Amino acid sequence: MSESPDRFSQALKEILSGGFTRTVLSIILGFLVGALFMIGSDKAFIESLGYFFSRPGDALGAAFAVVTEGYGSLFRGSIFNGEAETFEKAIRPLTETLRLAAPLILAGLGIGLTFRVGMFNIGGTGQIISGMIWATFVATRLELPFIIHTVVAVIAGVLGAALLGALTGFLKARTGAHEVILTIMFNYIMFNFFNFLLKDPLLLGEEASTGNAKADPAAASAVLPKILGDNYNLHWGFILALAAVFAFWWLMERSTIGFRLRMVGENPDAARSAGVSVERVYILAMGLSAAFVGLAAANQSLASPLGLFPSAHANIGFDAITVALLGGSNAPGILLAGLLFGAFKAGAPSMQVFGVSPEVLGIVQGAIVLFIAAPPLIRMLFRLPPPQTTSVLSDIRQKLMRRGGAK
Amino acid sequence: MSQIQLAKEERIGFKSPITMASIGVFVIIFFGVLGREGETVFEISRRADLIQLPSISIGSSSLGWVSGILLLLIAGYSLSSSLKNRKTPLWVSVLYGAIGVIALLGWLAAGNQVPLTFIIGTSLVLAVPIVLGAMGGLMCERVGVTNIAIEAQLLAGAFMAAVVSSITDNFFLGLISAMIGGALVSLVLAVFAIKYLAQQIIVGVVLNVLVIGITSFLFQQWLTQDAENVNFPGTLDIIKIPFLSDIPVIGPVIFENRITVFVALIFVPTLYFILFRTKLGLRARAVGEHPLAADTVGINVGRTRFWWVTMGGMSAGLGGAALTIGNAGAFGREMAGGFGFIALAVVILGRWHPISAALAALLFGFSIILRVWANQVSPGIPTDFIIMVPYVVTVIAVVAFVGQSRPPKALAIPYTKG
Repeated sequence: MSESPDRFSQALKEILSGGFTRTVLSIILGFLVGALFMIGSDKAFIESLGYFFSRPGDALGAAFAVVTEGYGSLFRGSIFNGEAETFEKAIRPLTETLRLAAPLILAGLGIGLTFRVGMFNIGGTGQIISGMIWATFVATRLELPFIIHTVVAVIAGVLGAALLGALTGFLKARTGAHEVILTIMFNYIMFNFFNFLLKDPLLLGEEASTGNAKADPAAASAVLPKILGDNYNLHWGFILALAAVFAFWWLMERSTIGFRLRMVGENPDAARSAGVSVERVYILAMGLSAAFVGLAAANQSLASPLGLFPSAHANIGFDAITVALLGGSNAPGILLAGLLFGAFKAGAPSMQVFGVSPEVLGIVQGAIVLFIAAPPLIRMLFRLPPPQTTSVLSDIRQKLMRRGGAK
Repeated sequence: MSQIQLAKEERIGFKSPITMASIGVFVIIFFGVLGREGETVFEISRRADLIQLPSISIGSSSLGWVSGILLLLIAGYSLSSSLKNRKTPLWVSVLYGAIGVIALLGWLAAGNQVPLTFIIGTSLVLAVPIVLGAMGGLMCERVGVTNIAIEAQLLAGAFMAAVVSSITDNFFLGLISAMIGGALVSLVLAVFAIKYLAQQIIVGVVLNVLVIGITSFLFQQWLTQDAENVNFPGTLDIIKIPFLSDIPVIGPVIFENRITVFVALIFVPTLYFILFRTKLGLRARAVGEHPLAADTVGINVGRTRFWWVTMGGMSAGLGGAALTIGNAGAFGREMAGGFGFIALAVVILGRWHPISAALAALLFGFSIILRVWANQVSPGIPTDFIIMVPYVVTVIAVVAFVGQSRPPKALAIPYTKG
């Protein structure tokens, strides 16, 4: 019994040095950085600086006002709008967050998968476009019955993206070319190719072409159905994302394939010695990664009421990298990170209304992930203990589990 | 395993001649046999030029034939070098590229004029941000630090140049602060990569997000509100070097430019000289190839990397200044528009060599102006494919010439003493 306070402090140390504490601190710091930018660019604050020493309260008040209003309007635009007349309208922002989070979660899973294998997929944009080409083709050019049409279009999107991903993996495995360069180049190639396809009515362009690069909206039979009725835009893309999160968890943590992927990620040489074909894993990993991105592509293609424009990739490929990093490349983390950045997207317009440029959210997003990327920095800033090699926490967790199981 | 790789690298292989020959055949078939009707007029002199040279007029399809055959001849020369296990020399590749470009221009402009001076000159101006960005990337990568954040450095430089020039009315200060802006972004990369041993590719990607966020925010919140005072820098004066600028074609293209272009033109050979002919460069390359060995002979790996990465940021920052006060004037949202990623490709296409990288950057600059110009002379042609060409070339280069384009050995690997 005498060792128990010791064990307690050790457990606390483990919590403090762990990834969870670091993530929370990074998010707080990110919001702080964003707040500094908001304050620094606020007119009332700058004016009150002129007489800061005579009346410092004004400056502090202005700073406080701009930050609370800025983040307050973000909250009202993304989670719950207390100023709305009806409850239905008040929770509408939350459904928007879920809707906008879906593609981020889906693509984030894809990018996270490559991180687990020790690779970098910077090509989310190219893969999402490749997926959108296929999905849009099925959704606007084929005639199929309800549900089946949607399913076929989603599969087409996944295949379209996965093939491009697998090609990247194949080129890396065969020639040793670095996937970062390949994926960046494919981003541009696919973007321009998509542009070309959208201009031609015989290919993907509008049938009643106006000369603009734009596709027809998906056929009514292929659209992802809405979940909460016509008052909300939230559609089945979010359910798809939840299913994908579960599939990702099972794939990475429970399946043999996932074990192999992680093995290559931990130590490719050891994996090779153990008889794993590392080259094949590269192809598989890039293909699987892009398949998840392809789900995001299907989400974009099948839920756009106006039809796709060349910019329909909506920078999801790059945002997904930040999602995967913040989420620690694991399924629940990516879900939460995707929701956070989805909320940013949903809340941006309402910040605009208030007069704070929503671009500040890009700063918050970048700052959060920058802090995540350098664990030693956060540890130094907050004087957190170094990474612990003990396993007190997991022992406790196991003991609790066992006790529960014995009942 | 490593011996097999070594053997692979020592054998030159036949990829260059094969690629060259297939492009030659492509040119003969599509520009010659299936070529377009009409004469193409190459305008060598501008109307304002002192020395007027006559324009050259040639049938579009016959030009296709001639250049295709020339390309095949060069492919033959490349084959003979490969048979002797020698690399195809750089000047041969440059000649090849130039002939290919003329063939493409001749095909596009059938029945039209080709303003040669304008096209080459604009290519150079557009290539300058890419060149300087690529030099920045190259300086980082030569010491073993991957720099994906070139885009961020360009943006920071472009922003600082526009804003500081507007506020102070002094372009010199604008250029200096552009370099400082680029260096600051690089500094974060350097500190994270060298001190905190963070994943360099991740830090680079994140820096891009962050700097795009910061510049867009300040642009929206500040520059658009008060554009006259803080985002109205104008552009640098065009400097005409006497006598030299009167040489046909070369004069207006090279000797009649803004200071940013001159700096780029001087910096590229200087960097080549420093990297390959001085002790400083030898040390830098040693750190990038084999940090442990460099450390053993007393080179401070961390400090070397730190300084080269920071200086690289200054180069890229200057490239950003070339975007604003060196070309467009005012700063625009996300105005680097992927130039940083192109610069990254250029470093690889140029095989981590300043001069070849600059030439590769010129190819990208050319592709940008070509799209604009091709739209005017022959509107039917899908210009999307023209834009794609440099990217496809990069993919082919990375995939096919892997033995020949080898990154510094210690690239992206943090070095810890011990």
